[in-house]
Amino acid sequence: MQDDTQNDKENAIRVRNLVVAFGETTVIDHLSLDVIKGEILGLVGGSGSGKSVLLRTIIGLLPKRQGSIEILGVDLDKANGADLRALERRWGILFQQGALFSSLSVRENVKFPMRQYLDLSPGLMDEIALAKLEMVGLKPRDGDKLPSELSGGMTKRAALARALALDPEIVFLDEPTSGLDPIAAGDFDMLIRTLQRTLGLTVFMVTHDLESLATVCDRVAVLAEGKVVAVGPLVSVQASAHPWVKSYFQGRRTRTSNNAQPAI
Amino acid sequence: MAILALSQRASVDPYQDASRSSHVRQRAGGLAPPWRIGLSNPLLSGAKVDDRLELSAGGSWTAVHAADLEALVESAAGSRASSLTIDMGNVDKLDTFGAWVLERLSRQWSGIGAPVRFVGLPDHYRGLLDEVRRLGREPARAAVETRGWTAGLEWLGRMAERGQQDLGLLVAMLGELTLAFARALVRPRNFRITSIVHQLERVCWQAVPIILLITFLIGCIIAQQGFFHFRKFGADEYVVDLVGILVLREIGVLIVAIMVAGRSGSSYTAEIGSMKMREEIDALKTMGLDPIETLVMPRVIALAIALPILTFLGSMAALYGGELTAQLYAGMSPEVFLARLKDAISITHFKVGMIKAPFMAVVIGIVACTAGLNVKGSAESLGLQTTASVVKSIFLVIVLDGLFAVFFASIGM
Repeated sequence: MQDDTQNDKENAIRVRNLVVAFGETTVIDHLSLDVIKGEILGLVGGSGSGKSVLLRTIIGLLPKRQGSIEILGVDLDKANGADLRALERRWGILFQQGALFSSLSVRENVKFPMRQYLDLSPGLMDEIALAKLEMVGLKPRDGDKLPSELSGGMTKRAALARALALDPEIVFLDEPTSGLDPIAAGDFDMLIRTLQRTLGLTVFMVTHDLESLATVCDRVAVLAEGKVVAVGPLVSVQASAHPWVKSYFQGRRTRTSNNAQPAI
Repeated sequence: MAILALSQRASVDPYQDASRSSHVRQRAGGLAPPWRIGLSNPLLSGAKVDDRLELSAGGSWTAVHAADLEALVESAAGSRASSLTIDMGNVDKLDTFGAWVLERLSRQWSGIGAPVRFVGLPDHYRGLLDEVRRLGREPARAAVETRGWTAGLEWLGRMAERGQQDLGLLVAMLGELTLAFARALVRPRNFRITSIVHQLERVCWQAVPIILLITFLIGCIIAQQGFFHFRKFGADEYVVDLVGILVLREIGVLIVAIMVAGRSGSSYTAEIGSMKMREEIDALKTMGLDPIETLVMPRVIALAIALPILTFLGSMAALYGGELTAQLYAGMSPEVFLARLKDAISITHFKVGMIKAPFMAVVIGIVACTAGLNVKGSAESLGLQTTASVVKSIFLVIVLDGLFAVFFASIGM
């Protein structure tokens, strides 16, 4: 068995010539993208540019028209049902609204995938669920709360704990910091960074948050007109000549955010 | 042999289904710890040197093997030694599950005063082990469990308390509704005619076909049973009295009220409940609108108008069903049936049925809307409240019917 960190040039996700369309509207148009093992890739793009569609297609929630998607070496088209289920255990997904099961307590939410896939003693499962909650910065007593009793930030953390329940290799995050105040968002970014380092995760993150891009992402991919128009470290992406990329990184909100100057 | 089988299993693809690990665990649990019999498991092997236990870990210390790991570590915890050293050099993979099992072992040994050392741990896993060491320090509360007859008593007490609270909520809703109605009498614009008409279409117009069908069938069944049994006494014509009085006084309004409680009451609860879940009710309040006035009152008024209409239509359908049965099943001509019906019933019977209808409508509306406003954040709560709404409104409709029976009897109607 090979160590994960040694072959970090290997791709965790490989998307080739992907086309996704609804009726007449083509949302993703011959898109190709690689996510390297052990990196945090940030995907940005305008509202309605198809970021969430891309994410949902990669994890198999939306059908594609053309192209291939390969995750952890498994081609989704060639994989049979058992392979896909095995693959689903190797990724975790943080949905935008958390998508915690509202009738289960937070701790039960985290235990849910473990109960489904692992054959653990109840005691150990409980301990690990609590440990995961603590890892994402929640208190053990928060585990007994229901999702409706959590604040926005706590919901995101609890949902992240559930996404990490089976110690996945890839974590998909759909706008992890949306709806959080800048301080909470910054904390959450740091949490993602810490967990990524501790657990050796590959993170695929859809985001709007320039702070997240700057502080946690190893590489940034920009989605526009259904294609990836720029990809690479933030500095090189910022230098791109594409008009949308230019206006995105050089808009007023961006400048004030980068240089910490007061808005006019 | 069993141990050999175990070692082969442990090296299979880590993402095979978890069911096989249950067999492994059962076997591992039944075995003597490997170091006692001098054999090894690739996950954890070792031997006792003097009174120090020296173990060597290897392979994948990950979620898929967590059950085996737990069993192995449990058996290690059972053996007594003055210190424990674990060589982690051969571990290929370590995740939170493996790290937690190690930490658990380490805490158990430290608890009895025997130090635990990990050696040869690859550097990139040190962070994970340090992280896990930090966790789970706060003792989790043990669940309080009561058993036996005290639990039954507690349940009874809680149910009684809840029943009392529910009754309080219903009375409060009745009060608020009356206030809103009084305010609307002063400012008729508050009646929200559009909303009432919209609700009327849903609870009255769209309910007509199913109400007609059900009451028609009930009328047929009552008449058929009447003829079947009364014929033995030669009392055929009294079936008309039976059908007429029963349908007009009781069955018509009851069947319709129960149907409406199931059909419209449940939809009121679900509708208002999901508005509550999505904070729409809060949004209304912050705009200075009273949810009772904007949501509850139009619905209750619509029901209070709809139920008498539906009761009338339903009673007529039931009488027609009775007449049709008399003609086809008992060979009684329509003229005879109508003449007999005219003698048997009076306007009083009709009034008794119709007077009850709006009261039942208000009960159904109040119960349904109160349940809707009681919905908490979860999907489960919405389901519970919808069930409670239908059950409670049917129960209260029947109780109300009983009270009316006593009332009408005492005033001689």
